[in-house]
Amino acid sequence: MSVNPQPRTDIQVGKSGAPGRAFLDVRDLRVHFPTDDGLVKSVDGLSFELERGRTLGIVGESGSGKSVTSLSIMGLHKPGSVRMSGEIWLDGQELVSASRETVRKLRGQKMAMIFQDPLSAMHPFYTVGQQIVEAYRIHHSVSKAVARKHAVDLLDRVGIPQPDRRVDDYPHQFSGGMRQRAMIAMALSNNPELLIADEPTTALDVTVQAQILDLIRDLQQEFRSAVIIITHDLGVVAELADDILVMYGGKCVEKSDARTIFKAPEHPYTWGLLGSMPRTDRAVRDRLIPVKGSPPSLINLPSGCAFHPRCPYDGRAGIPSRTVVPQLEGGDHAVACHLPPEMRRQIFAEEIAPAL
Amino acid sequence: MLLLFVVSFVTFAIFFLIPRLAGSSPEDLASRYVGRTANTQQIHQMTERLGFYDPIYQQYGRFVKGIFVGADYSTGPSTVHCPAPCFGYSFLTQTPVWPDLLDRMTVTLSLAVGAAILWLLSGVAVGVLSALRRATFFDRTAMGIALAGVSLPIFFTGLVSLSIFSYWLGWFPGGGAYTPISENPALWAYDLVLPWVTLAFLYAAAYARLTRAGMLETMNEDFVRTARAKGLPERVVVIKHGLRSALTPILTIFGLDLGLLLGGAVLTESTYSLNGIGKYAIDAINSNDLPKVLGVTMVGAFFIIVANVIVDMLYAVVDPRVRVA
Repeated sequence: MSVNPQPRTDIQVGKSGAPGRAFLDVRDLRVHFPTDDGLVKSVDGLSFELERGRTLGIVGESGSGKSVTSLSIMGLHKPGSVRMSGEIWLDGQELVSASRETVRKLRGQKMAMIFQDPLSAMHPFYTVGQQIVEAYRIHHSVSKAVARKHAVDLLDRVGIPQPDRRVDDYPHQFSGGMRQRAMIAMALSNNPELLIADEPTTALDVTVQAQILDLIRDLQQEFRSAVIIITHDLGVVAELADDILVMYGGKCVEKSDARTIFKAPEHPYTWGLLGSMPRTDRAVRDRLIPVKGSPPSLINLPSGCAFHPRCPYDGRAGIPSRTVVPQLEGGDHAVACHLPPEMRRQIFAEEIAPAL
Repeated sequence: MLLLFVVSFVTFAIFFLIPRLAGSSPEDLASRYVGRTANTQQIHQMTERLGFYDPIYQQYGRFVKGIFVGADYSTGPSTVHCPAPCFGYSFLTQTPVWPDLLDRMTVTLSLAVGAAILWLLSGVAVGVLSALRRATFFDRTAMGIALAGVSLPIFFTGLVSLSIFSYWLGWFPGGGAYTPISENPALWAYDLVLPWVTLAFLYAAAYARLTRAGMLETMNEDFVRTARAKGLPERVVVIKHGLRSALTPILTIFGLDLGLLLGGAVLTESTYSLNGIGKYAIDAINSNDLPKVLGVTMVGAFFIIVANVIVDMLYAVVDPRVRVA
């Protein structure tokens, strides 16, 4: 695009054979929040594409801009408090410049969202059924009885036993896993073509996590939706995602298909995330290896490569990691790192892979 | 019902038991029922007639019995009957207290309910708008006025509004004007406009601030974001999802405020010379008429208890989490 100041480095993530634009096409998205302390650059130049039927995992620490990205797509930022630029194309329609009313009508209908903590994300004063019916009826002019039948069907679909009775229960009468299922049912009530799940399993215990992830995968196959899973948990994206985008400091640092990210990651931050992930399919290691340091301030990002203060390879081979911002480069496997690709692969093979 | 017994007992205790424990003799109590010029023998007679020499529990039994079946008071030569519910008999005015109270009740009820509707609507509306337009000119102005409203006492705002709108502009009647609603509803409302507005202003100010704080909190809740994510229009998000939650604590305070007012809006009624329960209480205290004061206290306590019970029940209606499974 002509407004894109950076060279086109995004990879064609989808494999839809449809000519032209991908189903979801995010270009050079920038989301900045002016605050008293300075400009918070939550998302700074993010681009990705996603086709129907595919799942994209967005991974990163708290404050890396994952949730802000999803809220931007949904148009859920408060209008006065945010500066957004770039483009978000959903099925040929641009959302950043669209009117609030236009985006509102797409919300819940064409794109829907599953939130992190289903207890606080559902209204405590309305029954689960009422909340699903509300989500359905705002986009479909049907009678209450029809909508209620639809709600019962949805609850049944997401695996809630006795849905015709549970539909009249309040959220606090559901268990955590059931609540998340109900939340998913609510998000699915209008067969959204784009489903964004923001940390869908974080508030749940491990056994329930697996069930919910299975459910999302099954439903996606059934509905052929495009799905974005936002998480800090690589285990979750390993389960679900076709493609993975790793975010750091509001920027994408590495993206590729899931297999490549797990088998041959090239960014030191991705190595850190993999090293800090508990694995049950391997012999027990001595310790997990955390990424040292803490996430950067989004007001004063470190100069050059934002990851350099935490990067174990900072300063190697005389690269300008403290002065020059690395660009996202590479075709199907894009990495934003100053280390030359050969050196990255060598380091991974020799130092990182054996420890994983 | 149990609560009402507790109320009756506490009221009884305040007026009869505690003075006795504090060292008053039965004669001291009885002297309140006769003229100041009465001699010792008359007082002694009165004490006997009123049964103040009897054990306390008998006195309490008689008191409660009076409420349910009525009581007879011997005034010496004749006996007066105080029909149920008997909240006492004023020997000063030679009337039972209850019919007086009932009569006054319509005035207080008119004043309190009218003002309550006014302040609830205006206070909540201003609070919601202030919260949605936080830090704008509207918000600052509204909250400034609200601060003034909370701070200014009724007898000030009441007198100022009377002098401006009644004596100066002549738009509304002066103090003491009251027409029963059964006679002329339009005139009833017209007479009460100034007292309503004055009383409502005080409360609306507090309610606006409460609503604003509540809305600022709930509009940041996750479930409000969920409501937006469904694609609901902002109006529905604000009213059905935001305000619905923010109103719950306001409901509690509203019930208590209304209950308190029904027991007599003392300052407003005095300022506007409205013959309601509050003015009745003031007059009774001024004339040292103990049975009347006792009756007013019972009625006031009754309304507060009833308001509390209603609020508790409403809470369960409003917030499903409060319902016992």
